[in-house]
Amino acid sequence: MEKNILIVGVGGQGTLLASVLLGNLALMKNYDVKLSEVHGMSQRGGDVVTHVKISDTTVASPLIEKGEADIIIAFEKLEAYRWLPYLKKGGAMYVNEQQIMPMPVVLGQVDYPADIDETLAKAAQTLVKFDALALAEEAGSSKAVNVVLLGAASNALPFTEEEWMDVIEKYVKPKFIALNKDAFAKGQAV
Amino acid sequence: MKRIMLGNEAFARGAWEAGVRVVSSYPGTPSTEVTETLAKCGDEVHVEWSPNEKVGVEVAVGASIGGARALSCMKHVGLNVAADPFFTAAYNGVTGGLVVLVADDNGCHSSQNEQDSRYHGRGAGVPVLEPADPTECKEFMKLAFDMSEKYDTVVLVRSGTRISHSRGIVEEGERVEREVIPYEKNFRKYVAMPAMARVNHVKQEQRLAQIAADAHEIMAGSIPLNKEEMNDPEIGIVTSGICYQYVKEALPDASVFKLGLVNPLPLQDIAAFASKVEKLYVIEEGNPFLEEQIRAAGIPVHGGKDMFTIQGEYSANMLRKGFGVALPDAGIDNTDAPGRPPLLCAGCPHRGLFHVLSKLKTTVMGDIGCYTLAALAPTNAIDSCLCMGGSIGMEHGFEKATGNSKNLVAVLGDSTFIHSGITGLVNMVYNEAKGTVIILDNRITGMTGHQQNPASGKNAKGEIAPALDIATLCRAIGVKNVFEIDPFEIKELEELIKAETERDELSVIITKRPCVMIVKQTEPPQMITDACKNCRQCMKIGCPAIEIKDGRPYIIKESCIGCGLCAKVCPFDAIKKEDK
Repeated sequence: MEKNILIVGVGGQGTLLASVLLGNLALMKNYDVKLSEVHGMSQRGGDVVTHVKISDTTVASPLIEKGEADIIIAFEKLEAYRWLPYLKKGGAMYVNEQQIMPMPVVLGQVDYPADIDETLAKAAQTLVKFDALALAEEAGSSKAVNVVLLGAASNALPFTEEEWMDVIEKYVKPKFIALNKDAFAKGQAV
Repeated sequence: MKRIMLGNEAFARGAWEAGVRVVSSYPGTPSTEVTETLAKCGDEVHVEWSPNEKVGVEVAVGASIGGARALSCMKHVGLNVAADPFFTAAYNGVTGGLVVLVADDNGCHSSQNEQDSRYHGRGAGVPVLEPADPTECKEFMKLAFDMSEKYDTVVLVRSGTRISHSRGIVEEGERVEREVIPYEKNFRKYVAMPAMARVNHVKQEQRLAQIAADAHEIMAGSIPLNKEEMNDPEIGIVTSGICYQYVKEALPDASVFKLGLVNPLPLQDIAAFASKVEKLYVIEEGNPFLEEQIRAAGIPVHGGKDMFTIQGEYSANMLRKGFGVALPDAGIDNTDAPGRPPLLCAGCPHRGLFHVLSKLKTTVMGDIGCYTLAALAPTNAIDSCLCMGGSIGMEHGFEKATGNSKNLVAVLGDSTFIHSGITGLVNMVYNEAKGTVIILDNRITGMTGHQQNPASGKNAKGEIAPALDIATLCRAIGVKNVFEIDPFEIKELEELIKAETERDELSVIITKRPCVMIVKQTEPPQMITDACKNCRQCMKIGCPAIEIKDGRPYIIKESCIGCGLCAKVCPFDAIKKEDK
């Protein structure tokens, strides 16, 4: 069993909690796991990426290479498009439909690509594209968008419902556990 | 117990288990979390943020002389600042184990250069340990303290972005408490005067030779420090650190000599490995540090920097390509994906200042911090950025060269000013500068993730601490014109900057407003009303909460923190607060 999961988004969107939950699930199941993340300057609204590599043997490099990701979880549409070359043939993408304009687009220097939807559909064997932000708000907080997306992606991951609930209980602050469980269920039902 | 740890958390855990008692560091990506993690320990470890890396290493040296195990952590450029005490402490050796951790940033994820700290280790003549995963981060840190005491030497532990900021599974161990070694005066060891230094230099060379000879049997717990992995003898690779992981991923059948000790190099062991393989390659990010020494020892190297770059990060795919392994081609062209440069946050206090400087077309000598982002569009308000505190010296030199200080300023943050700006300001007073220095006091060290500093009123453990009054300090060193102002009072700020850059005397302007990430939002968001004439003045401040929607500026409610700067720059009074 090997799963390479790329979590991409914009600095400040909460991509880090998603990777912490995934990493600890892998640890609970006695898999080897490595994660790699971005700190510092990029966190100020730049594009951010977290690599999660899970294996029943040994993980060497913490980085996923182009064409190696089984799953890409994208918190923003342009970021899904930016990291698309990392998707494996037959891979799955879970994409939040939110669009956050980068400054060069806001300033009119370049256009936000118009054909993202088509390109994603062509490249991904499974493409689940939905308004994760709306579902997170329904669950009680826009910040739960990370767990909504994990819920959606859980359908392609080798962990049971029980294990997911267990890891949410362990690594989410007590007062947000119920909210996050709800957010997870909403994502899972997509 | 097994836990998932960030490389930096594993370094901290290793130091804690090794019985470290004093930790003194200056934050810097990618090294910061080592000290932050240790600051969360109990009273068994004294942890402090130093004003800069030089002080950090000096405090650690003093703690070692005092008999305790001590650690100082920094990023690569920080070791330049600390190089003075570091190089001489390397002659003197230690009493309590003394470890310096340095984290390089190949690829410049969050740095102004990608210098290779191994040269500092070799230049100073200290052993350099380089781990390749979080487990090794912990075990090598423990070994570093043991080696420091066994060989009477400072030890440099070298990390990098992908080691410090990757997570993996680490088995936790127990802390071994170590009594503070009773102090005995030993001036021949610790007083660095010529007569003593000459003797200590010889001792330093001897212990390095001893370490090189012992290298093959040194163990970090159950992990050999250097490791020979014989597989297919056709390709033999000498490597270390994160590159070892890329090699294992890309060339699983190759024979590998993995170095955990990158200075001094065990050249005899490498020669023995080379004799067992057909072609020897050296794979290392950065400069040809290993390769040149291996070649100089007369060991034939088939491929190194002639195959792989000095610049940037390596990857498994880069190695596959170099060794002719086929890569999958997704056939996706996404080259039209716009870049997403980082930005000053919505509500950032620096935005007010840079709006004004951009408007005045001031020449701005910049510095290291979040505010360097003001160099990018749309403000384009910074002309130079060099090193911590460098803005002040550069501004002074520029003034001396051009004979003009009009519409010229230096800009630097509170933490950066304390780090290395104070001496530059003393120089301006002493050499009768007429320029203007603007200190951006946001009450925190921002870019590295909000660490306390001597002006913030709290210490590394979050306890209340004396707060340096920057204005008083400036007056005390002889600056006559010192002003404090809220950077969001943009009219007053503009008048003040105009007046002070015109004045034929040195001035300091301190812009005071706390970082938006440490104060909770209390104001309702702004909204653009029908009075908007689409003049787009509000777009010029570069706020991430303002976008264009249907051809007009639009404020994203969720992103806006209600700072009101956009309303102040709007010439038509068209931006209002939303009703609560």
